[in-house]
Amino acid sequence: MNTATPDERGYFGRFGGRFVPETLMPALEELADAYRRLSSDKQFQDELQYYLARYVGRPSPLYHARNLTEFLGGAQIYLKREDLNHTGAHKINNTMGQVLLARRMGKRRIIAETGAGQHGVATATVAAMFGLACIIYMGEEDMRRQALNVFRMRLLGAEVVPVSSGSRTLKDAMNEAMRDWVTNIETTYYLVGSVAGPHPYPVIVRDFQRVIGDEARRQVMEQAGRLPDYVIACVGGGSNAMGIFYPFLNDPEVVLLGVEAGGHGLDTRHHAATLSRGRPGVLHGSLSYLLQDEDGQVSPVHSISAGLDYPGVGPEHSYLMETGRARYVAATDREALDAFQVTCRTEGIIPALESAHALAAAFRLAPTLPRENIILVNLSGRGDKDVHTVAAEMGVSLDE
Amino acid sequence: MSKVKDRLQQVLAGGGKGLIVYVTAGDPDLDTTVELAVAMAGAGADIIELGIPFSDPVADGPVIQAASQRALAGGTTVRGVIRAMEQISRRTSVPLVLMTYYNPVYQYGLRRFAQDTAAAGGSGLIIPDLPPEESGAMLRAADAEGVDLIPLVTPNTPDRRLAIIAARARGFIYCVSVTGVTGERENITTDLSAMTAAVRRHTALPVAVGFGISGPTQAAWVARYCDAVVVGSALVGIIAARAGKPGLVEAVCRRVRELKEALAGTEVDGVATAL
Repeated sequence: MNTATPDERGYFGRFGGRFVPETLMPALEELADAYRRLSSDKQFQDELQYYLARYVGRPSPLYHARNLTEFLGGAQIYLKREDLNHTGAHKINNTMGQVLLARRMGKRRIIAETGAGQHGVATATVAAMFGLACIIYMGEEDMRRQALNVFRMRLLGAEVVPVSSGSRTLKDAMNEAMRDWVTNIETTYYLVGSVAGPHPYPVIVRDFQRVIGDEARRQVMEQAGRLPDYVIACVGGGSNAMGIFYPFLNDPEVVLLGVEAGGHGLDTRHHAATLSRGRPGVLHGSLSYLLQDEDGQVSPVHSISAGLDYPGVGPEHSYLMETGRARYVAATDREALDAFQVTCRTEGIIPALESAHALAAAFRLAPTLPRENIILVNLSGRGDKDVHTVAAEMGVSLDE
Repeated sequence: MSKVKDRLQQVLAGGGKGLIVYVTAGDPDLDTTVELAVAMAGAGADIIELGIPFSDPVADGPVIQAASQRALAGGTTVRGVIRAMEQISRRTSVPLVLMTYYNPVYQYGLRRFAQDTAAAGGSGLIIPDLPPEESGAMLRAADAEGVDLIPLVTPNTPDRRLAIIAARARGFIYCVSVTGVTGERENITTDLSAMTAAVRRHTALPVAVGFGISGPTQAAWVARYCDAVVVGSALVGIIAARAGKPGLVEAVCRRVRELKEALAGTEVDGVATAL
């Protein structure tokens, strides 16, 4: 496995690249140059470490979930507790890194897209702390589903712009953020929230998220004295998965398992399982797997979890799938909801619905494995934001 | 030989400036697109761009986004647009250029797309999300069929990139007048004189300016700095307002004639052309 990927042009094998309007090309070159300089700049790295430790709360714990292990009756379940970060998800690892990058580049206006709102909240949070203007694009449908996060972003001083085009979800928010960037290219930093988008974003976001895997690898060695047999993470765009997978790429004995949103099932049209059911195509600046029709029109997708409701996926995941280094499966809305509820009751942890997809795959796998095996699950976020959705699914009304 | 370039040079030789018009194919339906294109050619359009609608048009403003959504909702397909282009090319000799995003072309197959475009009488292709770094395979496929892959340059394109883009340009160079998406603007603040002069240092191809041009006055002003102007959203806006009502084709053509008259009256001033 070559961890020096991508190449100069941003290709992981045949995936990646830069498919963007000409206006963005000089900006992407500027970003790549700035990032290359700063990734080997000790002062920058120290600054990032400082804020990750003192503001975000890193390292996040690795927790041996004994109750869940017993409940499932097989492999040992370890949870990487990204839900305990400030703002409640892994997203802030990346927003902290990129806001520090934006500051070094002299950009004072931050824009971002958000699906579930976690990336938007993490962006608004760091922008507030550093006194930067912050504009968040969010699909109208997602704003409805994640009203709490919308209010949270506004409390943090961000302007939340509703996106009413297309399917009114994450992909359309990303389109609108790209249009803003094209228009305000000189002043604005586009803070992409996943390992998607044109080069160098997939590398930048992976590098800022690999702290998850670096810590988890060290922690599991300390706690269990060995590497895990499986590392499991949910995949929408794929940033939390890439972050925990990356430091294990050169450990061939560790199976890397990405879990996509199976929605109502892969045999229906209502899912967001890009790697399982898509084929290569170009969206948001990179060539990667994509859910699309015969004509290349991007398909409407569905997931109970707004954060996984995305028809594309980061190009490095396409590469890991095609090289066979990682495997990708899907969990349905139903399976995720079940895993969500069991995790609440057995461990006293309310997982994000996104993370519940990773848990659901662990639930299927653990009982088939011996007790000596270890499954490391990335618990990428907390589920407080999802309680309305879950209540509705359970037929409980929370409104007066 | 390039039909697109030849046409623009002819217009320039006659003392006028070229008018390039854009409509989204399939808005409101492909039959109307065919009638519109034929009528716009009669009204003075020198080149017609047919947009193949895409679900995620990141380079487009609200007017063309909405047109794309209408066209897709009406069932417009890539094959349908190519068939419509074939009908248009049988009825007019005005060069036809397809404009779309990369994914529909990629899914169709680059070679097959170039072949079918040429077979349907298409002369050129504009793909706004395909920068020169990624356009090698498309350029080879288009060149093999004599289809011009027309590149875009923007106000922030540095000289270093202009050289790269110009070296692989075919037909004409499309200068985007603003850093932004498509759509009408009251004012264009870019120094078009400097921009087009910088482009001309790298190419002998005609230079067109588009994005943001709304009416005849603005078109005439922009034309002072270039060889042709592109008008899209202003026409698509008329189509949207007239959809389903009588007089759509006539309303669009009235605007095309006004634009053409404004451009015919453009004096060839101090702006050096390399033609």
